[in-house]
Amino acid sequence: MYDFLIAPFLEFGFMQRALGGSLMLSLGACPVGVFLMLRRMSLTGDAMAHAILPGAAVGFLFFGLQIVPMTIGGLIAGVIVAMGAGAVSRFTVQKEDASMAAFYLISLALGVLMVSLRGSSVDLMHVLFGTVLALNNEALGLIAAISVITLITLVIFWRAIVAECLDPLFLRSVSGLGMPVHFIFLGLVVLNLVGGFQALGTLLSVGLMMLPAAAARFWSTRVEPMCVLAVLIGFGSCIAGLLLSYHAALPSGPAIILSAGFVYLVSTVFGTRGVINMRMRRHHHRTA
Amino acid sequence: MTDACLTFRDLTLGYNSHPAVHHLNGSVKAGSLTAVVGANGSGKSTLMKGIVGVLKPMAGSCSNVRNARIAYLPQQSELDRTFPARVVDLVSLGLWPRRGLLGRYSQQDRDEVSRALMAVGLKGFEKRPIDTLSGGQLQRALFARVLVQDAELILLDEPFNAVDAKTIGDLVQLIKRWHGESRTVMVVVHDLDLVREHFPETLLLARNPIAWGATKETLRPENLLRARRFDEAWHENAPWCEPDHGHTDGHAHAHDGHHHHEHGETHDFPDHESGPRAA
Repeated sequence: MYDFLIAPFLEFGFMQRALGGSLMLSLGACPVGVFLMLRRMSLTGDAMAHAILPGAAVGFLFFGLQIVPMTIGGLIAGVIVAMGAGAVSRFTVQKEDASMAAFYLISLALGVLMVSLRGSSVDLMHVLFGTVLALNNEALGLIAAISVITLITLVIFWRAIVAECLDPLFLRSVSGLGMPVHFIFLGLVVLNLVGGFQALGTLLSVGLMMLPAAAARFWSTRVEPMCVLAVLIGFGSCIAGLLLSYHAALPSGPAIILSAGFVYLVSTVFGTRGVINMRMRRHHHRTA
Repeated sequence: MTDACLTFRDLTLGYNSHPAVHHLNGSVKAGSLTAVVGANGSGKSTLMKGIVGVLKPMAGSCSNVRNARIAYLPQQSELDRTFPARVVDLVSLGLWPRRGLLGRYSQQDRDEVSRALMAVGLKGFEKRPIDTLSGGQLQRALFARVLVQDAELILLDEPFNAVDAKTIGDLVQLIKRWHGESRTVMVVVHDLDLVREHFPETLLLARNPIAWGATKETLRPENLLRARRFDEAWHENAPWCEPDHGHTDGHAHAHDGHHHHEHGETHDFPDHESGPRAA
């Protein structure tokens, strides 16, 4: 038992780094995912993850496979796409889903173009799927900074973010914060996706954001517990995924996301608001 | 005019160059209770949006003279009923003007939220998820939020839709209570009997203001008839409304350039307190 669960993390430095990095990532990304889900923007996360690619590619083009330039590039690309899509939806009749799709597709095509200008398909795979087992100090520092920034921002703007989800028109009628909060929130999404892409790759980093959040929805009817639960599910998925990857010699990123996916599927069936409970309750009811 | 709460100066509001509220002049007295009536598309909701500021004027201005705090209950709420919130969370949003982004809710605030829920007959509903409320219950919860907001100017856009008779009675009592506390209240209503019974003042809109003043005067049959004849549709080839026509007899930013003119209506109310102009 000890050999199976704990020894890998004690014996190998790369496993410790992978664990530390992915846990910190969960801490910031999972609550952000909860709000993405509640705002029906689950797929926006996916779109944003694609949008980050050209920025990362520019960094890669000039500096090779290095974390800092690629991250900064990804951040810039993500922010441009998020702000562009957000601005189009706020100032024109077009809804955010359409403008987001337009911007991220342009961005993705640019990214693939740039990656293919230089480098082999191995590099592309690296950018797309990440390497959580090769996190260096720079990357860990970056992830730590991102999760701290995310948590602080969430605490400060919590009430506004909840109000913006629950009743945006009300927020606009009592405060000028409506639009800034929307953009701040999109900024957090980009930040956490960029933080995740070194570890999990641009495509899978959104998995650690959305799957724990989607799973937590089946267990809670309030936002605060939902966020806590999402983080815990994220933690569990990271540990399980890393162990799975270690013992079965599987790629670590997909293993983590698949663990989260497993929790999601179990939750849909057995959660307090899952299939079984909602079906069972129909057979007996109270008088009032 | 020291006792004005809102002043409209040649206010025109609309969408895509078509006016929905056309050259509205006049002022809403502080502490008054005004019903806003008119047919579908006559600009009632648009006027509300203009006052709150979510819609910017195409021309003219709408000034909140005393910088009154506004509570606004929209007709089509953008409320997300699937959001995992409890009734108490929804009503507590009304504390925003006082507590803002970071202020902590005190015990006093929480008591006030409970009192508001009690006032709308939703005692014991605090912990209920909002997606389990009926339409009428949700409307009452939103009224409770307005109560908590403690605003000086209260705008209610068709608050009685899908609400049963008993609840309408309760809500009207609340509105009268606000009136008694000398808050300024404007309510969009369709039920003219209700207006006659409970609202001292009425603004009758048909894109252009038809009449504005004491309810009995405003709701005279000839005014209602004129309001009813109003053409709801937009006309793409309607002539442009020139600024210098604004105050006299001119019409329409893309106004329906035909059968309206024959009435030669006076749609300017420089100061409606001097009495309603029932054409």
